[in-house]
Amino acid sequence: MLTLTGICAAVTVSTLFLILAYLVYNGAKSLSLSFFTNLPLGQGETGGGIANAIVGSAEIVGLASLIGIPVGFMAGVYLAEFSGKKLGFLIRYTADLLNGVPSIVIGMFAWTIVVIPLHRYSALAGGLALSLMLIPITARNTEQFLLEVPRTMREGALALGASKWRAIATVIVPAARKGIMTGIILGVARISGETAPLLFTALGNQFWSTSLFEPTASLPVVIYNYATSPYEDWHRQAWAAGLVLLGLVLAANIAARAIVSRGPSLPR
Amino acid sequence: MATGTAIPGMKSKYASGRLRGGDDVVWGVTFLFAALIVAITVLLVFELWVNSAPSRQKFGLGFLSSSLWNPVTNEFGALPFIYGTVVTSFLALLISVPLGVGAAIYLAELAAPRLSTVLTFLVELLAAIPSVIFGLIAIFTLVPVMRGYIGPGLKAALGWTPVFSGPVFGVGYLTAGLILAIMTFPFIISVSREALMAVPRDQREAALALGATRWESTWQIVLPFARLGIFGAIFLGLARALGETMAVTMVIGNSPTVRASLLSPGYTIASVIANEFTEANGKYYVSGLVELGLVLFALTMAINGLAQLVIVLTAKKGSAKA
Repeated sequence: MLTLTGICAAVTVSTLFLILAYLVYNGAKSLSLSFFTNLPLGQGETGGGIANAIVGSAEIVGLASLIGIPVGFMAGVYLAEFSGKKLGFLIRYTADLLNGVPSIVIGMFAWTIVVIPLHRYSALAGGLALSLMLIPITARNTEQFLLEVPRTMREGALALGASKWRAIATVIVPAARKGIMTGIILGVARISGETAPLLFTALGNQFWSTSLFEPTASLPVVIYNYATSPYEDWHRQAWAAGLVLLGLVLAANIAARAIVSRGPSLPR
Repeated sequence: MATGTAIPGMKSKYASGRLRGGDDVVWGVTFLFAALIVAITVLLVFELWVNSAPSRQKFGLGFLSSSLWNPVTNEFGALPFIYGTVVTSFLALLISVPLGVGAAIYLAELAAPRLSTVLTFLVELLAAIPSVIFGLIAIFTLVPVMRGYIGPGLKAALGWTPVFSGPVFGVGYLTAGLILAIMTFPFIISVSREALMAVPRDQREAALALGATRWESTWQIVLPFARLGIFGAIFLGLARALGETMAVTMVIGNSPTVRASLLSPGYTIASVIANEFTEANGKYYVSGLVELGLVLFALTMAINGLAQLVIVLTAKKGSAKA
């Protein structure tokens, strides 16, 4: 019976390796410099690339981080340092609720508040949608790591005469910075792989988008569109783009965990 | 100087007396951002409600029970999508819960600590994979396998039951359920593993001292002890599966019908929104899709609420029973 559980573990872990193997096997042969620097070509033509998708993703994720990280961090600081019981419960519950909203519904929401008023699809809408997913993760993560800072450090700072905000800014937050940074990196990695919120906010673009108010290509949406298309060449590119996306996301995850495990731990 | 609390400024502003000027500013700023979260969520529900108004007014509660989805005649019903969402999610749980809890038992009880850490890390990496990648794999590797081997195999063995009748397309409820199962593994495993590790050692040792085998101790003592946490894990996995869009959209088959056979194509709420939203014209079409989004939101909110409740109950009880 117990060996069965070992088999279960083996099966579940092996799915990770199977996925990696398939991606590398199918995608690696299409990776080339031209793949990273060309614009997509029309159906049936060979030699297209994902340059605008990579830049577009960077734009959208960058915008989302610019909005989401400060809001999430500040909210986390409030939850950890200032909030009372009832208000804290309400905010935490709402943050968890927002976290649990399906990404397609978030996309719908961004559509109603950005795309409709502006009458256009835009990288702004896409960035906003992704930031809505980043905010609750960042807030709860920041709160968690701030609360883990030992009491002795807080008391020490206050005993030395620091005002509360000084204590937070110069002692408590720096003490928790590794965990907070890890959470942010993991959050950004997560939203950079999200497709559904971008489907009707940033839409997609076959060319370079010159402003944040234009439809913008992004890596996950390109993968989705190419994979569901009937063209062999686009399938090939979908595999390669998938390999690129997965590589970036996994690299971010491994880097984040390396930050946490290495380096001096908090003094007890 | 301090009133009410042992350390001035440690508790909320009101309990400890006056905060100084700079503290007030920081309190105000951080509160603003925290309140923003609440404001955004309220706005989200409001926008969903308002934008689904035409459809809600036209179809009323019958929206939830009608199977008609006809953009041409402006008749919309949510039943096939609710059915598809529920069927694929439960199928996913049916596969991933036994495998996941089994793996969690292995990682928590049997594996050497270092091996357990490495394997848990790998499982968490699985959680980080974007869903469109899962969809990519599903379309090009799972669907052919389904069409060529698993589907015909199931049909040959169980084709007489309505659950496996009908032609094998390769896409459909079963394929979507399978890929969803793979996507929910990490959640089930990591939360269950923590629940199992929270069971105190003396419980296990007491069972073993009374003569139970390793398996008996795990199955009859440890697992029931951790069952609330495991239920929490299951609800979490269910909530994730209900809202999952991309991987399911790529393999569900896009057929807005209610069919008993797991081999037939279907549709889920998230998939129909993803596929048809950008092309929806006319206020009933668009608001119908928004109403579907509202239904999905309500569904996931309910399940998440249950999951939170279960997890809170587990934490309260600690690891002590009653």
